[in-house]
Amino acid sequence: MDAGMPIMELRGVTKQFGDKTVLDGINLKIYENQVTTIIGKSGTGKSVLLKHIIGLLKPDEGTVLYRGKPLSAMKRDDREEFRSHISYLFQNNALLDSMTVFENVALPLRQTTNLAKKEIETRVKKKLEDLELADASYKYPSELSGGMQKRVALARALVTDPAIVLFDEPTTGQDPIRKNMILSMIVHYKKRFGYTTVMISHDIPDVFFISDRIVILWEGKVGFEGTYEEAVRLKHPMIDEFLRSLEGFEDELTGLLSREAFRVHYGAMLGGVAVQSTISAALFSVEFDLLSDALGPLAALEVLRALADYTNKHFGSVGAFSARHSRDKILTIFPHTSADEAKQLVAEFAKQLEQDGLPKIQSSAQKTVGAEACFEVYVLAGVTDIGPSDEINTIIEKAQANQTIVATHRCDAGGSEG
Amino acid sequence: MAFRASVESGNVLLRFIVRVGRESLGLVSTFGAMAIFFFFGFINIFRRKQIAEIVSHTYSIGARSSLIVMLVGLFTGMVLGLQLFYTLVKFGSVGALGSAVSLSLIRELGPVLTAIMITARAGSAMAAEIGILRISEQIDALYTMRIDPVRYLISPRIAAAIISFPILTAFFDLIGIFGGYISGVLLLGTNAGTYLYRVQFPVDIVDVRGGFIKALVFAVIVSTICCFQGYFCHMRPQGFGAKAVGLATISAVVISCVMILISDYVVTSFLM
Repeated sequence: MDAGMPIMELRGVTKQFGDKTVLDGINLKIYENQVTTIIGKSGTGKSVLLKHIIGLLKPDEGTVLYRGKPLSAMKRDDREEFRSHISYLFQNNALLDSMTVFENVALPLRQTTNLAKKEIETRVKKKLEDLELADASYKYPSELSGGMQKRVALARALVTDPAIVLFDEPTTGQDPIRKNMILSMIVHYKKRFGYTTVMISHDIPDVFFISDRIVILWEGKVGFEGTYEEAVRLKHPMIDEFLRSLEGFEDELTGLLSREAFRVHYGAMLGGVAVQSTISAALFSVEFDLLSDALGPLAALEVLRALADYTNKHFGSVGAFSARHSRDKILTIFPHTSADEAKQLVAEFAKQLEQDGLPKIQSSAQKTVGAEACFEVYVLAGVTDIGPSDEINTIIEKAQANQTIVATHRCDAGGSEG
Repeated sequence: MAFRASVESGNVLLRFIVRVGRESLGLVSTFGAMAIFFFFGFINIFRRKQIAEIVSHTYSIGARSSLIVMLVGLFTGMVLGLQLFYTLVKFGSVGALGSAVSLSLIRELGPVLTAIMITARAGSAMAAEIGILRISEQIDALYTMRIDPVRYLISPRIAAAIISFPILTAFFDLIGIFGGYISGVLLLGTNAGTYLYRVQFPVDIVDVRGGFIKALVFAVIVSTICCFQGYFCHMRPQGFGAKAVGLATISAVVISCVMILISDYVVTSFLM
């Protein structure tokens, strides 16, 4: 998926610390407006790579290029110009701990721009509100939880409206919801402000759902560069093993099976079930991106979790199993069930979801959109038969073709907006 | 390589010479690095957006140190009054007490003791603060935000030291002379008029200027050494993390004090 000239490029970048070669001839391209995720075992030089991109470290050999121009050959003004377009989110946040949250976020504006005091205040307040930090403005970083500190660091990185943002393990040490919130936020703001994202993260599977490109670092070299699907299809033994080691048995966010566990389950079931027995599948989805834009990431996550939770409870009893196959698509396999029976199950399920599940999210959605605003949430589902030799991708395609809206939730606040 | 092998297995004298050579080279390069560090710190004082930082550091380095400096000044003056009284009595020249107190304070003790007190109080804090900023990547964070860490962290501290040292030295001198008055006049009964007259009589503008030059030199030395130790604490071979900050603070204070006394001798010999 080449998008013309890369915004940044590393050519043969090598870095040694003492006798240890941390980066060994790295070639890497980063394209504008994409999410590029760097993964790799710890100690393979991911952070070091990121620090070369922003210029905190200089390569022993090789060059780093910004829009085709090598950083090392840039004039002072050009380099300043480049640096004004790039932000870095440190793994440990690196907030200035003797300053309040407000001062931290205001610092880059105060020190590097000529904006008026009022203007800086407005921008900082806006950013803090965007990241749900308005109440913490006058606290010190040490008084905040890990998640809040991370958001302060994000606010500080975004307050200068950068073109490229580098995230060094932005989700480390967060609970599953916050992890997803942070990833959602990264994507959400990326859409809004259009920055290019380079990220180190191991949040499987969600990081793959939001990444355009994945770079796997392997012993100081780029072991793989491409989309996640390509990485899986490649079946390279080392990459395969590494990806599997990242993915646990359970999807942390939803409590459903991980994709890997799902695959194993599915294989075992096909092996165990007699050929004449019928199997069917259903694909549920919510429009996560639409929801996130309209209601905020937290509410969108609640919808997704509510859906997953219901799927788990409802279909677990009939021996079905489910997993997420993209950010917001849940695939459920029903063994010993024909497509017609499955349709009935899905209809019952949808009814209950509509009655109990979706109204719950209203309160959290209202926090972001305001009580008077009207919004709509809908869940799609498609049911299909499974042939004995169907691959999971084929099932998803077939089910997706049959998808219709099965459950909707409208807020009942006034309805003034026709 | 043959040389290295012969050194490692070689005799004690050779090893000693190699060691001295290596340490000397290290020392020279450190001093060179400090000079460059000071140069950049100093020229960045005159950049924009520095006033607020300089004021706040002048407050913490200067104003917050004034009490301790004055206390030390008072007792130094009192001890001087006491010691000199009993010495001068032997020669029958108690009338010179005021001159002896004021000259030794203004020329020598004022600048030196003030500098050592500020090193203990503010220099150690500079090294520790900057060291912590370094080990927690806050200095790197400043860099990524396009804030030059030397401009933002070092320059205001150097400027604050240059402003504070002479003023605090003046305080020290004044209070010290008053301390001499307490012990010499009030406790031991020297004539008050003689003491006060003799305080100002021999003091020339050259003495006062010399004292201030010393104060300025010490300001540069102390602020540069303390900031330098903190700023590069991550490069210390003996320790990392919190330990590096501790070692940096120790070095900052010890090297500053030693350098104050060495440079005091050098400056004095030039001024005489």
